[in-house]
Amino acid sequence: MHRYYFDHNATTPVSTEVLEAMLPLLTEVYGNASSIHYFGQAARQKLDEARREVAAMLGSSAEEIVFTSGGTEADNLALLGIARQGHAITTAVEHPAVLAAAAQCASMTAVGVDGRGVVDPDEIRRALRPDTKLISVMHANNELGVIQPIQEISRIAREAGVAFHSDGVQAAGKTPIDVSGIDLYTISAHKIYGPKGAGALFVRKGTKIVPQSHGGHHEQGLRAGTENVAGAVGLGRAARWVIECGAEEQAREAALRDRLEQGILDRVRGAHVNGAGAPRTANTTNIRFDGVDSDALLIALDLRGFAVSSGAACSSGATEPSHVLLAIGLTKLEARSSIRFSLGRSNTAEQVDGLIEAVVDSVAHLRKLAPAYA
Amino acid sequence: MPEGTIAVAMSGGVDSSVVAGMLARRGENVIGLTMQLWNQRRLPELAPDGPSGRCCSLDDVYDARRVAQHLGIPYYVVNFEEQFERQVVKPFIEDYLAGRTPIPCTLCNNFIKFDQFLEMAEGVGARRIATGHYARLNWNESSGRFEMRRAADRAKDQTYFLFGLTQAQLARTLFPLGGFQKAEARQLARELGLPTSEKPDSQEICFVPNGDYAGFIDAYFREQGLAPAAVRGELVTTDGRVVGEHSGVHHFTVGQRRGIGIAAREPLYVIATEPATRRVVIGRNDDLLRSAMRVRDINWVSIAPPAAEIRAAVKIRNKHAAAEAVIRPIDASRAEVRFDEPQRAVTPGQAAVFYQDDLVLGGGWIE
Repeated sequence: MHRYYFDHNATTPVSTEVLEAMLPLLTEVYGNASSIHYFGQAARQKLDEARREVAAMLGSSAEEIVFTSGGTEADNLALLGIARQGHAITTAVEHPAVLAAAAQCASMTAVGVDGRGVVDPDEIRRALRPDTKLISVMHANNELGVIQPIQEISRIAREAGVAFHSDGVQAAGKTPIDVSGIDLYTISAHKIYGPKGAGALFVRKGTKIVPQSHGGHHEQGLRAGTENVAGAVGLGRAARWVIECGAEEQAREAALRDRLEQGILDRVRGAHVNGAGAPRTANTTNIRFDGVDSDALLIALDLRGFAVSSGAACSSGATEPSHVLLAIGLTKLEARSSIRFSLGRSNTAEQVDGLIEAVVDSVAHLRKLAPAYA
Repeated sequence: MPEGTIAVAMSGGVDSSVVAGMLARRGENVIGLTMQLWNQRRLPELAPDGPSGRCCSLDDVYDARRVAQHLGIPYYVVNFEEQFERQVVKPFIEDYLAGRTPIPCTLCNNFIKFDQFLEMAEGVGARRIATGHYARLNWNESSGRFEMRRAADRAKDQTYFLFGLTQAQLARTLFPLGGFQKAEARQLARELGLPTSEKPDSQEICFVPNGDYAGFIDAYFREQGLAPAAVRGELVTTDGRVVGEHSGVHHFTVGQRRGIGIAAREPLYVIATEPATRRVVIGRNDDLLRSAMRVRDINWVSIAPPAAEIRAAVKIRNKHAAAEAVIRPIDASRAEVRFDEPQRAVTPGQAAVFYQDDLVLGGGWIE
């Protein structure tokens, strides 16, 4: 059976160019980037190149890039490094890496979103307190693809003299990034065809931030631990691909996404796009099927060779209703009827058409068995 | 999906592992599904050593997944926690508080495994489900019914818990171990190289650690913010004398001897629990004997509902040696059962299952 991957927001395969860029770091260029000798310098050179590539994708300078083990560590460093002793404002639709880290701050406010999943900047403004240290609002949502008005929120933060962090893990490679008004920005390599275990936090020059790990003076003293040079190089090469080919690929994926979305809406009654009407990333659509259990639909599609997602996976592998879908006002049942399709570089129009057929068949079969759906 | 796909309900134990293995070896299209029924991180005070080794623990899911990988079959975990709490755990607690002694395994079979799980399995493209239950099924051409029979391994027979299955459910169900001895199933697990072949058998009620159901109910009450003190009551003798106090009717079940906490010349037993007055009645062993009982919500499995009296061997507990009796139907779903010999500890809330030799005629709930 052929298998087709429509879950690129979960992770992406390492691309050929990224693998080729990383291989020397896993073989001949093995020095410790902090070592003074030839071997160390060779590694340092690669690390610095990678830092420039990441900075170029974000529109920052290279010294503002802190390599981390991934998005979660970068989010934790931003939240706890800025606001552990104070108040953090975030939103109800953040990734757990932000929500759980915010919960470790002295206090936190999670602002709600509207029915499309978009946060109202005025609500952020109203949540400000004298002890507010940080506002953290994701750039693009992982489940809906909805893009938040982060430039407007960054201005509110600036006026209030509060640091502003944005989790850009799901935005990189899917929508243009401009960190000019932003103090901290998270990216992850494996969402943009880089390796797992590599990410970065952009930290604007002059931002007061406390390191969250203790050891050597790596990464400007903000992230102790021998640099994962291979991972950083993979991230750097992935970032360069985004700079060179990202816009073209985003346009291609947007067309495929629209083809998928329209194909499903045209042929399946009782199907609704969650987050419809909001600005969204090019590759994501989240569709609710009335009367259909999303776990059953996910399994049925997987058995037909199509990999999609039905919510955040929990430790056992079973799924719980998505906090994002509940936050946009869906009932538990509606949240449990929703499927996320996230497209990527490997997908073609033929695959999309095959997926539409599989969805049409599977939904019809599931509804036949659940007479409660009229 | 290929035609005739079979979904195996994999618990992570040896029996369901063997079922998946034997069907896969036979060349069937098999998918493995594990039901996530209860979050073992709840009520942590019940398991000080951590939530392992019980149903739905990560260990069990890990084992089931490992077996599926070994067999090379698709495998998924499906979440039924909400339904399980609503249709099994809560009725289990309510039954205890109402003075009955419930059988959650039967509720789970009736409402989860052979209902919602079966529907899920069909939804993802399977035609039938298979489980590791020890029971036999056959099609009777002349009666036009599926029949259920006791397992070849009488010690492992689970028909007592399966009396609620309908013809429609039986038509889509396989019990491949029905003709096996347990030792043979284990041997087959070894031959198939299954990683669960030496795993100990599971015991007791899957979501209640160490069989301490009263402790589970108390812990559940605390989690829900209810005060267990509200269920205290009196211990009384059969002639009405108050001889002590107890901490809740749910700590007692009919026929229980230990844990009554009253010293007496002859052994004392729980004769009845009266939730309305919160009294627990205690007495002598002879006080436990009953010669008749009423059974409600009867499901006739292998035969059509009988119009007249029939003779059957009736099991009133899982470990009970079925006793000869006459069953007089009151209507299609209720009957009066008169035993040839009085039976000890006829317990409301337990099941009464009717047999003729190996054949499971049907069963219901003791009133």
